[in-house]
Amino acid sequence: MTSPLLEILDLSVHFHTPEGIVCAVDRVNIALNSGETIGLVGESGCGKSVTSLAVLGLISSPPGRIAGGSILFDGRNLLALEGDRLRRIRGREISMIFQEPMTSLNPVLPIGRQVAEPLMVHKGFTKKEALELAAEWLDQVKIPAVRRRLNDYPHQLSGGMRQRVMIAMAMVCGPKLLIADEPTTALDVTIQAQILSLMVGLKEKSGMALLLITHDLGVVAQMVSRVMVMYAGQIVEAGGVSDLFDRPFHPYTQGLLRSMPRLGDPGKKRKRLNEIAGSVPLLTERFIGCRFADRCPYTFDLCRLQAPELTDVREGQVARCWLIFQPEKRSLNA
Amino acid sequence: MPDTPLIQVTDLVKHFPLGGGVLAKPHGWVKAVEGVSFAVFRGENFGLVGESGCGKTTLGRLIMRLIKPTSGRVMFDGRDIFSLPKSEMMLLRRRMQIIFQDPYSSLDPRMKVESIVGEPLRAIGGLSRGERRSRVATLLEKVGLHAADLDKYPHEFSGGQRQRIGVARALCVNPDLIVADEPVSALDVSIRAQVLNLLIDLQEELNLSYVFISHDLGVVEHICDRIAVMYLGSIIELANTERFSRSPRHPYTEALLKAVPFPDPHRKKEPAVMEGDVPNPIDPPPGCTFHPRCAYAFDRCRLEKPPLIKIVSNHSVACWLNAGSGIEGGIQ
Repeated sequence: MTSPLLEILDLSVHFHTPEGIVCAVDRVNIALNSGETIGLVGESGCGKSVTSLAVLGLISSPPGRIAGGSILFDGRNLLALEGDRLRRIRGREISMIFQEPMTSLNPVLPIGRQVAEPLMVHKGFTKKEALELAAEWLDQVKIPAVRRRLNDYPHQLSGGMRQRVMIAMAMVCGPKLLIADEPTTALDVTIQAQILSLMVGLKEKSGMALLLITHDLGVVAQMVSRVMVMYAGQIVEAGGVSDLFDRPFHPYTQGLLRSMPRLGDPGKKRKRLNEIAGSVPLLTERFIGCRFADRCPYTFDLCRLQAPELTDVREGQVARCWLIFQPEKRSLNA
Repeated sequence: MPDTPLIQVTDLVKHFPLGGGVLAKPHGWVKAVEGVSFAVFRGENFGLVGESGCGKTTLGRLIMRLIKPTSGRVMFDGRDIFSLPKSEMMLLRRRMQIIFQDPYSSLDPRMKVESIVGEPLRAIGGLSRGERRSRVATLLEKVGLHAADLDKYPHEFSGGQRQRIGVARALCVNPDLIVADEPVSALDVSIRAQVLNLLIDLQEELNLSYVFISHDLGVVEHICDRIAVMYLGSIIELANTERFSRSPRHPYTEALLKAVPFPDPHRKKEPAVMEGDVPNPIDPPPGCTFHPRCAYAFDRCRLEKPPLIKIVSNHSVACWLNAGSGIEGGIQ
C-alpha cells in the first residue's frame, strides 16, 4: 500500500483570545489518497475550516497556534516548511476554493489576469502564454464568451460565474489536491448543481484529490466516498459514505441525519422534526467527558467522567462514543 | 377552510428605480414583482420559494406594507392595507408580524431583550411597563428562553436563541399572520430543526398562518400547505404541497426539485443540469421569462408570457406546454 497523498496526524490548533484558549481543532487525523474525495462535515465552529486552513499554512499567528501534530503532503511535513518552500506547494500542488467568491477574488483585477497569475508565479509563464491558458481554463469551467470576458472585473459577474472563476484559478496549475471550503453554500440550488457537476467532471479528468468541507449532508452524499464528521473540534465519526448514511453510529451523526426535513416526503407535513437539544459547547471550556454529553439522549455516567477515543464500529467506520463498549445503554435511555 | 381569505393579493407590482434622484429621471427599473396574485387562508401555511432575486422577499415586505407597491392590491381580512390611514394601519399591524432572516442584524445590539420583544406592545400602547415586562417574560418562556433573559443584550445569545427572540417579538401582539422570511437559513442544521419545531408548536397552539419565504425546498415542503414558485418576479406555479413535490408542471419547478442534492449516497444525481443563470430583472427576456433556460421552449414561449392558469383544483401553472398545462409525468 502506498502512503496517502495528504496525512494529517494529531493536528491541534489553538487560538489565544481574551476569553481564554480556544481549542478549535483537537488531535485530528485525516488520510487522503491520490484521486480520492473525502468530505469534512460539521456545524459552524466545529473546526472544519480551521483544519483546512492549517493544511495551507494559513492560520494567522497570533492569535492562532499549531499546538501539535504534523501534516504530511507527498512525504513532506508542511508544518516544517517556511516561506518560499511552502509557497511553492500552495497554489501549485494544493489549491483552495473558498465559500464567498466575491471576497476571495481581487475586485480591481480583471478575471483573466487573476486566473493567469498562478501560472506566472509558479510556472514562469510569460503574461501572454498565461493569459492564453487562462482563457482555455475559463472556457473549461464554462464561462460563456470567454474572450470577451477576460477583461471583466468580478463585480460584473454573477455569484455562480465568480465561483467558476475561482475554480479555474485553483485548477490552472494542475494541483494534486483541491480543498473546497463550502464551495456552493452561497449559491442557489440550480447554480449549486451546475458547480458540483463541473467539479466532478474536472476531478475525473485531472485525477486530483478533493477535500470537500461542507455542512450540507445532501452535497456530501452526492460527492464523496468517505466522510468525517466533526463536532467541537474533534472528529466524532468517520467512515464510507454508504455506511455513514445507512448505519450512523454516533448519536450526533444520527441526530444530524434525522433533523433534516427531506424533500419528496410531503406526507410528513407539519410534523415535528427530530431535533438535537441544546447548542454547541464553548470551546474555551475544559472538557472532562464527552463533548457531546450535554446534548446526547443516551448520556450515562461514564460519558461525563472520561472522554471517549475514536474506536472501530465496524470495518472502515470509527466513532468517538462510549456506546461502542456499552451498547445496551442506547436502548435503556431511548 | 373559510371563504374570506386572510390575505388576498391581486395583481401586485413593484418596480424599483435605478439611479435617478430629486430632479433626475431613473435610467431603468428593477422589476422585482411583476403582477402577482394569490390568497392565504386562516390557519394555512403558504410557501414562497425561488432563487435569489426572484422577488420573494420584496413580496413579503409588500404584504407587510413595509414598502409601497407600484400597483396592485393587498387585502388583509377584507381591507385594502395600502389605502388605510396610518392610525388604522397601526391597529392592523398587531395582526401581522414578520421574522427576518438574519438573527444578527435584525436585533438592535443596544437594546435589552425586554425592550426588543416588548417594542411592538409599546408602539400599540395600553399596557403599563410592569404588564409589558410580565407579558414579555411569558413569551420568552414560550419560545424556549427564560424570564431571566429579560435584561440581557442580543450579543449574549447564540444564533438559534436570537432567532427565538425574533419569534417572541413577532408573537408579542398575538398576530394572525407571521411572514417568516428565511427564518432558519442562517442557522446550523441541528438548530434549524429546533426553530422549525418551535414554529410548528406555536402554530398548533395559537392558530397562526405563516407566509413562509425560503429557498430551501425541504423546509418549505415540511411546513407548508400550499407552495408558490417564483421566477423573476412572477409566480410560475402554485400548488398544494403534495402536487408540488409529486407532479410539478412547470419545467423550472422540476429543475429546482431535481437540483436539490438528496442526502442518500445510493441515489446518485442525474446528470441533467439546468444551464445558465437567472436573467437580469432590469431587462427580463421577452415572452416567458424562463424560456432561455428551458429545455422545452418553443416559438410561442419566446413571444408571449404565459398566464398562471388553473389546471386542476389546487394547482396552477404558467407554461405554454401541452396547451397551458405544463410538463406531464412527475418526479420519482
